[in-house]
Amino acid sequence: MSSPSTAPAAKGYVSPTTGAQWVAVIGLECHVQLSTRTKLFCGCEYHFGAAPNSITCPVCTAQPGVLPVLNREALALAVRVALALGANVPPKSKFDRKHYFYCDLPKGYQISQYDQPFCNGGGIVLASGRKIRLTRIHLEEDAGKAIHDRGDMTLVDLNRAGVPLIESVTEADVESAEEAHEYLTALKEILQFTGASDCDMEKGELRCDVNISMRKPGEPWRTKVEVKNLNSFRHVAAAIEHEMARQVEVYESGGAIRQETRLFDPDKGVTRAMRSKESAHDYRYFAEPDLPAFRIDASFQDRERGAIPELPAARRERYAKQFGLGPKDCAALTSQRVVADFFEAAARLSERPKDAANWILNEMNRMVGDAELGYAHFGEIALKPHDLTQVIGLVTAGTIQTAGGRTLLRAMARTGRSAKVLVVELALEQVQDAGAIEAWCRDALVGKEKIVADVKAGKPNALNALLGPVMKASGGKANAEIVRATLQRLIDALP
Amino acid sequence: MSGAPIEDAVALAGRAARGELSARQAAEAALERVDCLDRRLNVFLAVDREGALRRADELDARRASGHASGPLHGVPIALKANMCLEGVESNCASKILAGYRAPYTATFVQRLLDAGANPIGMTNMDEFAMGSSSENSAFGPTRNPWDETRTPGGSSSGSAVAVAAGIVPIALGSDTGGSVRQPAALCGIHGFKPTYGRISRYGLIAFGSSLDQVSPFARTVRDLELVTHVMSGTDVRDSTCLDEPQLNLEDGDVRGLRVGVPKEYFPDSLPRDVRAACDAALATLERLGAVLVPVSLPHSRHAIPTYYVVATAEASSNLARFDGVRYGTRSEGSGSLQSMYAATREAGFGPEVKRRILLGTYVLSAGYYDAWYGRALKVRALLRRDFETAFEDVDVVVGPTSPEAAFRLGEKSNDPVAMYLSDVLTVPVSLAGIPAISVPCGFVTVDGKRLPVGLQIAGPSRADARVLRVARAFEAATDFARELPPIHAGGVA
Repeated sequence: MSSPSTAPAAKGYVSPTTGAQWVAVIGLECHVQLSTRTKLFCGCEYHFGAAPNSITCPVCTAQPGVLPVLNREALALAVRVALALGANVPPKSKFDRKHYFYCDLPKGYQISQYDQPFCNGGGIVLASGRKIRLTRIHLEEDAGKAIHDRGDMTLVDLNRAGVPLIESVTEADVESAEEAHEYLTALKEILQFTGASDCDMEKGELRCDVNISMRKPGEPWRTKVEVKNLNSFRHVAAAIEHEMARQVEVYESGGAIRQETRLFDPDKGVTRAMRSKESAHDYRYFAEPDLPAFRIDASFQDRERGAIPELPAARRERYAKQFGLGPKDCAALTSQRVVADFFEAAARLSERPKDAANWILNEMNRMVGDAELGYAHFGEIALKPHDLTQVIGLVTAGTIQTAGGRTLLRAMARTGRSAKVLVVELALEQVQDAGAIEAWCRDALVGKEKIVADVKAGKPNALNALLGPVMKASGGKANAEIVRATLQRLIDALP
Repeated sequence: MSGAPIEDAVALAGRAARGELSARQAAEAALERVDCLDRRLNVFLAVDREGALRRADELDARRASGHASGPLHGVPIALKANMCLEGVESNCASKILAGYRAPYTATFVQRLLDAGANPIGMTNMDEFAMGSSSENSAFGPTRNPWDETRTPGGSSSGSAVAVAAGIVPIALGSDTGGSVRQPAALCGIHGFKPTYGRISRYGLIAFGSSLDQVSPFARTVRDLELVTHVMSGTDVRDSTCLDEPQLNLEDGDVRGLRVGVPKEYFPDSLPRDVRAACDAALATLERLGAVLVPVSLPHSRHAIPTYYVVATAEASSNLARFDGVRYGTRSEGSGSLQSMYAATREAGFGPEVKRRILLGTYVLSAGYYDAWYGRALKVRALLRRDFETAFEDVDVVVGPTSPEAAFRLGEKSNDPVAMYLSDVLTVPVSLAGIPAISVPCGFVTVDGKRLPVGLQIAGPSRADARVLRVARAFEAATDFARELPPIHAGGVA
């Protein structure tokens, strides 16, 4: 590792007991599953949640005599991510064997990359301007899963064995839980936008380890601790905060920190030491003799560079400038690539991109998780950008009310039928008929002498109490402006 | 000497294709020869009787329905027990894999099947191909048909004997440091190790991945050429396979051929009778028009230590998968995963395999890697350069295949280093990855028994066809390969 970053420092940590200043030194390691069709070294098509050991073959179960063959799609995605992170992709790289015995590791070694990873350097700049530098990214295969909670047996599921992972390792540039969270969020966005991974942490597609030590300002680094088993960004932040407090407490009470691996307990919000035996490994790396060293030539890199879409940070900046959107909306629109792409397409079709943003962030986001519609995520919503802009157009033109627009959009998603047909079928068109509206208004005024008196006394807001009953009588379809004008006119005409 | 000259694969396939012999008859005859000789020589670890007869019937049915016959139509062959044929036991002569039936078929085996060859079983070997005598088999040694008290060499012992004793015309071995060439020499037959990567390793149970090469035995060179041709060529399942088309055979003689004679291959310690046989062979080549040229391979003396670092390092890694979790024999131990691993590997591996796993683990360990494995890789590069330099001046290099004729079973089994030195002349070629053949080149008489001597002919990387051409010329000019051992299917003594 290189020396501490020279960028502006983040806020330090103040000891709650002594008031002393401390600085956290944090590095992050992330394992990310690549969304390739097949595994890294065989043709098995992995998907989460399949019956145990149903997605296996002689290669990924390490039958005697089999050989790995590199999946080029995995290398392509890995290189694309590396380039998106501004990293350097050297022309030559190779795989190595990393040895350890565990029942979920079929070969007794993991095919990984040791001293010639496919990528080094790069990084992510935080909002503060501080850069979190990447040391390296390498490509490796995932292990299977050992399941221990079935009586006295350990069961092994090898479906995940051989799924491609990229492991990214940062320099120890992170100085707080907030920075860790910001870095991870940005990394996840880039992974998603490049199409490299869905980063679904619940499915284990993104897993983090934290290396952390504390020091006094200006001091050299002290002994670091590795924290594993962090299944969400929230856990990463909580584990960092706990470790900062724990390590400072140990030092201030005259103790010493041991280099060790600790596990985060999400229920208690604390870390605890693993048995040292579990972390003492000599991996005996050596070059994988079954896979020749490989070259990543300029044209391969150019192709992957060309496949990188505009990244979220750039989009946020552009949305603010081009569409006049606030930072919150910009952030929400770029939280997922499908959302951002949908918005941009709708913005191109619509005269009112701001309305499109509102409709997406309110109405469409609300559809996700709605039991009736059954969409698990935004990408499943059965609407095209053109569908949304049509609805916006109808509302803008006054043909339907905003509420009617909501009903229409849901109906379009549910039935797949056109806006034109559904507006008629659901009778969503606004009532503009002055006669009908006047009749509803007259009914609403019956017995409302107090309101009439208030309006006449110069309190125009009192009128609002009458709008509800009129709209209710019209089934929500009366044009609100005409209703307001009619009520005013009728009240004025009263003695 | 006994029996008539046996039929080679080319002749047998020809008769079968013409309908003069059914594949069924060929398979049944081979199985009878197994019944007759296997108990005495311990050649097979698994005989696939049912599969062989079923395949034979399928071949006959295909022929009857007018399908073209493959070049190995109906030829019974034997596979080494470290090769995968779906459903047949491949146990690597190890207790840890006893009963293991491969769930898939090796690429090279499939190509043989597609050419009409009919595997009749899996042959005995040194456990996981580690050894030079068959004494490391967990299922007892194979015996040399020239003298049953002696080793046939190893590790591809059963396959060498299956051919030498006339059970099958072609058998496959694997050659990592000499495991086909040395037994070929000790059994008086031909054994050919192609250039590394010529034949896909997919389905060959790995010992030393950067050295392993599927290598055939046959009595005749034309059979070796045919079977190598059928098996070779790229394979999408093996990234280390050469990106070359199938082997193109060469016609011609050896007139004007420059034959390098490395002085390091004729050390003073070479027994006088072995040297005499090799000298006579060199004279034969000279008589055929070749030019003998003294050459030097100066790093050869480092080959054995280099090999035993590289091969054991790779073996320690390749054998890590035998952990009792997914297949093979498991010993439960005291309940923990660690103790299950320890108990399984303690009970499942023999002493030589354990020795090599320990060696390989050591040379890869943190703090020792540079001094051992890292240095061995550098010496390997120097050895390779020795050959490249020599081949700038000569077309092939020749020397004895083995520093001695077949030794007695038990003679070296307590001295691993003496056993390792059996490979001293084959290992440099393995480290360089170049093609080499062992051809029968004479006999020595020990205790009244005639024992064969082999000559190794090695060529530059990818010059497999040239090596075979030289062997064919030598074979045509001599009778050594036609001489049959006293124990032979053509007439057991």
